[in-house]
Amino acid sequence: MTARMDKRFAELATEGRPALVTYFMAGDPDYASSLEIMTTLAKAGADIIELGMPFSDPMADGPAIQAAGQRALKGGQTLARTLQMARDFRKGDDRTPIVLMGYYNPIYIYGVERFLDEALDAGIDGLIVVDLPPEMDDELCIPAVRKGVSFIRLATPTTNEKRLPVVLENTSGFVYYVSMNGITGSALPDPSLISEAVGRIKAHTKLPVCVGFGVKTAEHARAIGASADGVVVGTAIVNQIASSLTADGQASAATVAGVETLVMSLASGVRAARLAAAE
Amino acid sequence: MNQSPHLNSFREGPDEEGRFGIFGGRFVAETLMPLILDLQEEWNRAKTDPAFQAELKELGAHYIGRPSPLYYAERLTQHLGGAKIYFKREELNHTGSHKINNCIGQILLARRMGKTRIIAETGAGQHGVASATVAARFGFPCIVYMGATDVERQAPNVFRMKLLGAEVRPVSAGNGTLKDAMNEALRDWVTNVDSTYYLIGTAAGPHPYPELVRDFQSVIGVEAREQILAAEGRLPDLVVAAVGGGSNAIGIFHPFLDDKDVKIVGVEAGGKGLDGEEHCASLTAGSPGVLHGNRTYLLQDGDGQIKEGHSISAGLDYPGIGPEHAWLHDTGRVEYVPIMDTEALEAFQLLTRLEGIIPALEPSHAIAEVIKRAPKMGKDQIIVMNLSGRGDKDIFTVGRILGMEL
Repeated sequence: MTARMDKRFAELATEGRPALVTYFMAGDPDYASSLEIMTTLAKAGADIIELGMPFSDPMADGPAIQAAGQRALKGGQTLARTLQMARDFRKGDDRTPIVLMGYYNPIYIYGVERFLDEALDAGIDGLIVVDLPPEMDDELCIPAVRKGVSFIRLATPTTNEKRLPVVLENTSGFVYYVSMNGITGSALPDPSLISEAVGRIKAHTKLPVCVGFGVKTAEHARAIGASADGVVVGTAIVNQIASSLTADGQASAATVAGVETLVMSLASGVRAARLAAAE
Repeated sequence: MNQSPHLNSFREGPDEEGRFGIFGGRFVAETLMPLILDLQEEWNRAKTDPAFQAELKELGAHYIGRPSPLYYAERLTQHLGGAKIYFKREELNHTGSHKINNCIGQILLARRMGKTRIIAETGAGQHGVASATVAARFGFPCIVYMGATDVERQAPNVFRMKLLGAEVRPVSAGNGTLKDAMNEALRDWVTNVDSTYYLIGTAAGPHPYPELVRDFQSVIGVEAREQILAAEGRLPDLVVAAVGGGSNAIGIFHPFLDDKDVKIVGVEAGGKGLDGEEHCASLTAGSPGVLHGNRTYLLQDGDGQIKEGHSISAGLDYPGIGPEHAWLHDTGRVEYVPIMDTEALEAFQLLTRLEGIIPALEPSHAIAEVIKRAPKMGKDQIIVMNLSGRGDKDIFTVGRILGMEL
């Protein structure tokens, strides 16, 4: 695990509040706007940034994230440019952990060793690769952990007691609990069910547990953050970006500003989470 | 990549992790892993369950119409003036293609697993029709994902699926072909994990699908091998089949893989030519990558983004291929060659006129390869080709291209 990720969760523990983890698609709608969005996320209160790596066939994502990936690819985004974006971001921010999230094929084609070396050099702290379950750990997870890049695993409602130890075995950084069976961008399930699931995972691991899929508003963030160590927001940010674009798909004045407003509101949600829980 | 492995057998794959050499595997989201492991357990039990095998055999005989004939194509043989050509007549199966062999097997698995809802993806619509058929026969609701482009060019099959009670959901993402339909089916599955059985139609996807689809389709090769021995007293010199995802091909190839004197050729869709982007020849012109749950040869760019293929035949219009074919390609056991749209179209017409059989555009690619090879072979040599589907579904496409009024 990287020092940045450890330090961030330690700080959050001191503050007594959950992390706000924000996802967006690298290169959506273009490199410059996307880099500006990334710096804005951190300034507006995101504690950890998930940087989406666009893929042509995002099988576990809903229409919003798929469309964002298509916009990014159309804008010329590649894995090399996504790593460059992290490097550029690091020039002004060496504290916010960055987690790359996407699918395996672009990494496989780039070359696993080359990818990991460059990711470390670019200041990447962790990886979430949706289509690499524990059964495929030799591909990327074990080489990544060996080099000191966290490999963050998704646990889902189908991850039963028998499977949970398998999922957690090589996981590092944090555990990403996917709050429902389904694709990104679906409706948020009952917070009490989520709280129960978080408790179940925590019985098996000391790692922080962040919850995502379905979190859209500050109120959601507050409710989920009452039990989880972090709240992941993705589709809501991606939708905010999409709705700000001009008719021909270009960024507008509202693109960065809209993300800033949304993330500030979500940040207030996570900051209120434990206060509310304590009441 | 043509290493020469010192294998005792080409028929022992996959290993426990679902790998054929470096190909195959289980590259899926965590949500799906427990389902795939359940399926594997159920499949392992079913494989050795005499009651399961007996029911499969019974349905094969009385519902599908097995064994399908092995037909000596006398007029085509005379016309080409070389090797004797035999067709394995899978197009005579119930629903008009080999796809039903796999669907019957998987619907029995779905029932054993207590699933209540069937989803499937389809390209040409043959697998969609076969899925809708078995869903009707066994009383399951069925949803078929089909690329919007394919919905248009395979209208007769769309209508058949609807008549059979299936819901056809057009997928407009991407180019609206088989790849996009498969993405959408996977999304449905990940959302409805408890109730739903995903009936994959080709010998691809995460383990154990490539294995179980192959095993259900291997009845083609097992029969063909017995039939040619009965007809000619010996094995063929050449076995040919068209390859999209590769289920009909692996079905006829697999029982012949260890017969080293039998040459085996898989025919890919060369589309409008391999120089441009408009083809689906993933083995001839692609490279290894990871998509739809398995590592295999894919059409992709330098950044690992998957390209859209093109073929005149919707059933071959897929930028990947089953992992066992990828392995058979790398080991050199099977030779894979491309056939262009125009060549397939000529073969379609030639077979129709000479033998009175209207083939589907998918096996028309295999016929085109037979047309090239048979004249160069001796009259005492034998070719067995898998005639995997009938062409009723394609008459509108062909009519349009030939400028004929329908």
